Amino acid sequence: MGAEFVSLSLTPILIGVFAAVACALPGNFLLLRRQALIGDAISHVVLPGIVMAFLLTGVVAAWPMMMGAGVAALLSVVLIEVIRRLGRIEPGAAMGVVFTSMFAGGVLLLEQSDTSSVHLDVEHALFGNLESLIWLDAVGWSSLVETSALRGLPPELPRLALTLALVLGFTWLLWRPLKLSTFDEGFAQTMGLPTGLIGLSLVVVAAIAAVAAFDAVGSIIVIAMFICPPAAARLMTDSLEVQVWYSCVFATLSAILGYVLAGYGPLWLGFENAVSAAGMIATVSGMILAIAAMFGPCRARAGAPAEG
Amino acid sequence: MLIEALTLQLGYNATLVTIGAMMLGVAAGATGTFLFLGKRALVSDAISHATLPGIGLAFVVMVMLGGDGRALPGLLIGSALSAALGLICVSALTNRTRLTEDAAIGAVLSVFFGVGIVLLTVIQSMTSGRQAGLESFLLGSTAGMLWDDALVIAVGGALVLGLTLLLRRPMTMVAFDPDYAAGSGMNVRRVELAMMGLAMAITVVGLKIVGLILIVALLIIPAVAARFWTERVGIVVVIAGAFGGASGYLGAALSATAPALPTGPIIVLIAFGLFMLSLLLAPGRGLLAAFLRHRRFQARVHVRQGLLALAQGQPIYEPLTLRLMRRRGLIRADGVATQTGQAQAARAALDERRWQVLRSDPAQEDAAARYDGLTPLETILTPDQLETLDRAIKPGLVT
Repeated sequence: MGAEFVSLSLTPILIGVFAAVACALPGNFLLLRRQALIGDAISHVVLPGIVMAFLLTGVVAAWPMMMGAGVAALLSVVLIEVIRRLGRIEPGAAMGVVFTSMFAGGVLLLEQSDTSSVHLDVEHALFGNLESLIWLDAVGWSSLVETSALRGLPPELPRLALTLALVLGFTWLLWRPLKLSTFDEGFAQTMGLPTGLIGLSLVVVAAIAAVAAFDAVGSIIVIAMFICPPAAARLMTDSLEVQVWYSCVFATLSAILGYVLAGYGPLWLGFENAVSAAGMIATVSGMILAIAAMFGPCRARAGAPAEG
Repeated sequence: MLIEALTLQLGYNATLVTIGAMMLGVAAGATGTFLFLGKRALVSDAISHATLPGIGLAFVVMVMLGGDGRALPGLLIGSALSAALGLICVSALTNRTRLTEDAAIGAVLSVFFGVGIVLLTVIQSMTSGRQAGLESFLLGSTAGMLWDDALVIAVGGALVLGLTLLLRRPMTMVAFDPDYAAGSGMNVRRVELAMMGLAMAITVVGLKIVGLILIVALLIIPAVAARFWTERVGIVVVIAGAFGGASGYLGAALSATAPALPTGPIIVLIAFGLFMLSLLLAPGRGLLAAFLRHRRFQARVHVRQGLLALAQGQPIYEPLTLRLMRRRGLIRADGVATQTGQAQAARAALDERRWQVLRSDPAQEDAAARYDGLTPLETILTPDQLETLDRAIKPGLVT
């Protein structure tokens, strides 16, 4: 557990943890607002966004693609809202119409344009490539304090750290308004809070987290982290503060355990090749949710039974 | 090339796939209608993503048993089993815990998909798995499809369509009013199970053509589009089936013409085109119809107000009112009322006066509630009722 760990595993694990927590935090509020599937929709429409950005700029670079993905994510949220209001359709169906169509458009664009020369394909967008984000310049733990080695860090790491800081700042600054408008929108409105704006900013922050995370870890982790850790945390406690803490712990746990199981698990079992870290992290988060659903202290629904 | 594709002349396989896609589309549109009306459209998203681990496991099992891992029937059975497990998880999470259905859907689809990806990477590292091509199930691909596969899809599509038609009545009832359905002695759980089973069957049959990420579109979009055209379930089902069938047929045919046209996305985009057309053009719920309705209403309000102004001898300044009244020959270009204008103004003034009297009479409360400043009172009251009213306005004048 020395030099090899630092250069090969430390950065992917950190990136995974940052991405997981950045998605899980807004996920808590989305879950309580019954908008959990927004994360699903956003992570699908990221594909047309990056393809458009690539076609416009002609290069595979991080910032234009993230811009494209962000624009696509916002566009999809607006489209869902427009279709829902204009057509008077239930939100789930409106979402289904928008994100599948945009994803289909993205795949078609990708197939039509000549992207064979560049590293851009559907599977990459879905699975990410966490395993490849290694830190080649590191020679051991001492590299952590060497500027020359730190310069060789994969750019995804500072980017995700920045995203996480943004999400943390947003949650901390807007904690009370967010909590109020999530649990009692009518009351928040009479208090004079701009609930529409708060809801929109939550979705925007979620979109930023999703876009930043998908580049490094793929859509599948994004969807899983938006929903599974907050859902498991919801089954553990009745207090929002505690739930948010739980969700961060679960997200971190999924990222670390998932990465380790994917990287080393098959070797322990005698296989030669590692399996997909993104898939494994999602799997672990699902296991945590399953355990919480079976044994969580607050798993039962208080009051009225389920509707529909 | 396109004409040949549309008239099914691109070989047996392309023809079978096109027909299979059409039947799949019809069945998906019809089944999707019931999911959509029951507000459970996105459950299909969980079902479709949950097929992936089944595909992977089926491949592994078939290879271990010494068979060909790519045999389509085996893969489809595997995908059906894991989709069913996913469905059970969704309903368990929704019914047994406090989580809402959308959270359960999201959790199941992401976790099952994650497990599926892990299995795919395991398969890639197996010696026999290098050319497994299981990724084609993500987005669907009809290129290089075998005769047997095409047959499976065509037969599967037809079967699902038949079952949907058979079960349409109970499914309608459960989608709209599960309590009433239960009250009239129907086994709601069994019908819901059948509904989900059909959605699952469609997903499984559609895996090869549309792919598991986009199959959900075929279940949702035609139904949503069809809903714009009518308020009657039976007709929604028929239209949704037609839309789905058209998308499947056109999409499969189009994609057969060029290699860079993946079948799934084309089918979905055609369905989306139909949806946009419906959103814009449908009578009643469509945007164009709503806009025209609004303009007509606006015109009525403006003309009525203009006529009242004429009757009271007040000048009209509002440009839209002036334009509308000129166009109808109610006023001349200089703003002076024509003969028809005067007559109609007098009628409008009388109507307004009648309404006033009516609304001041507590006994006429029911009729007065229909006052909106537009409806002529003649259309609500009978001639002799009007006569009584007129007598109240100017006693002795009307005989």
